[in-house]
Amino acid sequence: MLSLFLLLPLLGIIALNLPYKGKKDTVALLYVLLLSVGQAIVVLFHPANFWHMPDFWGRFFHLALYADNLTLVLILSIGIVMSAAVLVAWQTISESKSRLNFINLALVALIGMNGTVLLTDIFSLYVFLEVTAISSFILIAFQRDLNALEGAFKYIVLSALATIMMLSAIAALLLFSGDTSFASVSQAVKNNCCNPIIIFAITLFVCGLFIKGGLVPFHGWLPAAYSAAPAAVSVLLAGIVTKVAGIYVLIRLVRDVFGPVGAINDILMIVGIISIIIGALAALKQDDFKKILAYSSISQVGYIILGLGCGSPLGIAGAIFHLFNHSIFKSLLFVNSAAVEKQTGSTDINKMGGLGAKMPFSNASCLIATFSTAGIPPAAGFWSKLMIIIALWQNGYHAYAAVAILVSVITLAYLLAIQRKVFFGILPDELKNIKEAGIWIVLPAATLAIIIIGVGVFFPFLFNSFLVPVSNFFK
Amino acid sequence: MTINIIIITALVTSALWTAMTVRLLRSAVGLAITSAILAILMFRLCSPIAAVFELSVCAGLIFAIFISAITVTGRITNEQIVLKKKLRLRRFWLLPVIVIIAAIVLTQIHFHAIFNLPAQPVENNVKIILWNMRHLDLLGQVVILLAGAFGVVILFKEWKND
Repeated sequence: MLSLFLLLPLLGIIALNLPYKGKKDTVALLYVLLLSVGQAIVVLFHPANFWHMPDFWGRFFHLALYADNLTLVLILSIGIVMSAAVLVAWQTISESKSRLNFINLALVALIGMNGTVLLTDIFSLYVFLEVTAISSFILIAFQRDLNALEGAFKYIVLSALATIMMLSAIAALLLFSGDTSFASVSQAVKNNCCNPIIIFAITLFVCGLFIKGGLVPFHGWLPAAYSAAPAAVSVLLAGIVTKVAGIYVLIRLVRDVFGPVGAINDILMIVGIISIIIGALAALKQDDFKKILAYSSISQVGYIILGLGCGSPLGIAGAIFHLFNHSIFKSLLFVNSAAVEKQTGSTDINKMGGLGAKMPFSNASCLIATFSTAGIPPAAGFWSKLMIIIALWQNGYHAYAAVAILVSVITLAYLLAIQRKVFFGILPDELKNIKEAGIWIVLPAATLAIIIIGVGVFFPFLFNSFLVPVSNFFK
Repeated sequence: MTINIIIITALVTSALWTAMTVRLLRSAVGLAITSAILAILMFRLCSPIAAVFELSVCAGLIFAIFISAITVTGRITNEQIVLKKKLRLRRFWLLPVIVIIAAIVLTQIHFHAIFNLPAQPVENNVKIILWNMRHLDLLGQVVILLAGAFGVVILFKEWKND
């Protein structure tokens, strides 16, 4: 029943925009929550009825979709982050019409992301990446203020460049494969692995994905887009959109379609380590809560790319695990920034202090996300970073492993700076009447924090039941 | 071959005009014309899937979005137009020169001789391609159109109303 991941959101968009009167925004919220939570549940509990039922609608619409273990990780992450983002939107967007607009676009993004992770054709992949990108542009500019428009514009320009690169690469690959399915392209790459056009096409495609994933040196759009976007959009973008559009596609294509062509692993390692360093150093210099998180994203995505470039099953499993962890802890940090922004009206950390006593849930959950990001046990992020670092060490990349550990200390420094300046210290007079953010922000924050601790504590069980099968998929 | 060269010349000319013209509306029209000419070229080069997407998304949807955006911009005076024209010419005078040099260089390189690309069987019937072979792309295309429509409503129509 894989087609339901695409058709149910589409059905929702059509139903929500029919001309009838009523509390459309409430219905829309419940519908998108039901879809995204349901999406996470069918992955977690794996009901045989759902996965083994004949895909009637898929056959009716001739949709060739495929799900393996890697897809399931992404479907789960999309479900969790989408639920958190719509709840934050409910709390932070007050106007009924704007809420409905947000949910319409979130459903479009859901179709785009689900399609991207479920299909097996390189051209369809491009089409669904565009679906995701177009909904993201509009979501970033949603509030229509100058910063948001600037952020959206930067994203459009760089995303258009990535599109041109990927389309050109697809055209060049098509010359050899005669078909755009993953299997045909993979076979064509194997048969012509030394051909300069193939190498050029793969390099072009990978560079396009570096732009979509916001990796150094193609990261220019990311801090502007993340920090200028409305709070709920930042959760969605940082939590999952760039992970699906850039990093998932990179993992899928590099390991499943292109294979070890040329020096692709070396390129991944270099881009990964530079992203880790530059992202962390840039985050240290920021005073804006969301900008710190944006640069931190660049750095954390670098770890994923480093694990992928390492090439060993442990490295790849670590990369995928860190992809999942990053989508959870970064979503949580952006939910915390949404709580602080909603209550104080600012994201400048120098203007804050002592909010911990007034916002205890946000304080505690932010600390848990900080530990996970910096890789401190028992948070989930510790295990994924450990897996990546052990994989690097085992494969002889000692310098890379050392840098990865050192940058974790820098990560802890800039995230503790947020904690110190925002939640600890003396409360300014103008913030004395601050209260904890509303239930629709606290609820996703608490859920994401529980996931981080739960995954960290039950890691030994997850390692054998979840991560080893994921890495085996590449063999 | 001669027709293709004429089409390529028209394509480059309209692309240059799109980049160098001062008025936004003319630039948007130029983009639509460029896309339409590119679609014709794609049809002639036996790439109907690409042609259909180029025509519907670039010449259709993107043009509609640009026009919607332009309707909310303000007018500029004739003096400003003259000034902008001068600035545009100063900034982009090298562009046609680069295009001509690139065209000369490319005509001197024989790609087929270097790479010896294999010929691929191509399905030419657009109806068969869209309805029998590329259902997922068609679904994606429908969703892109929906997203474009939301974009126009949220960013332009409601903005104008505000």
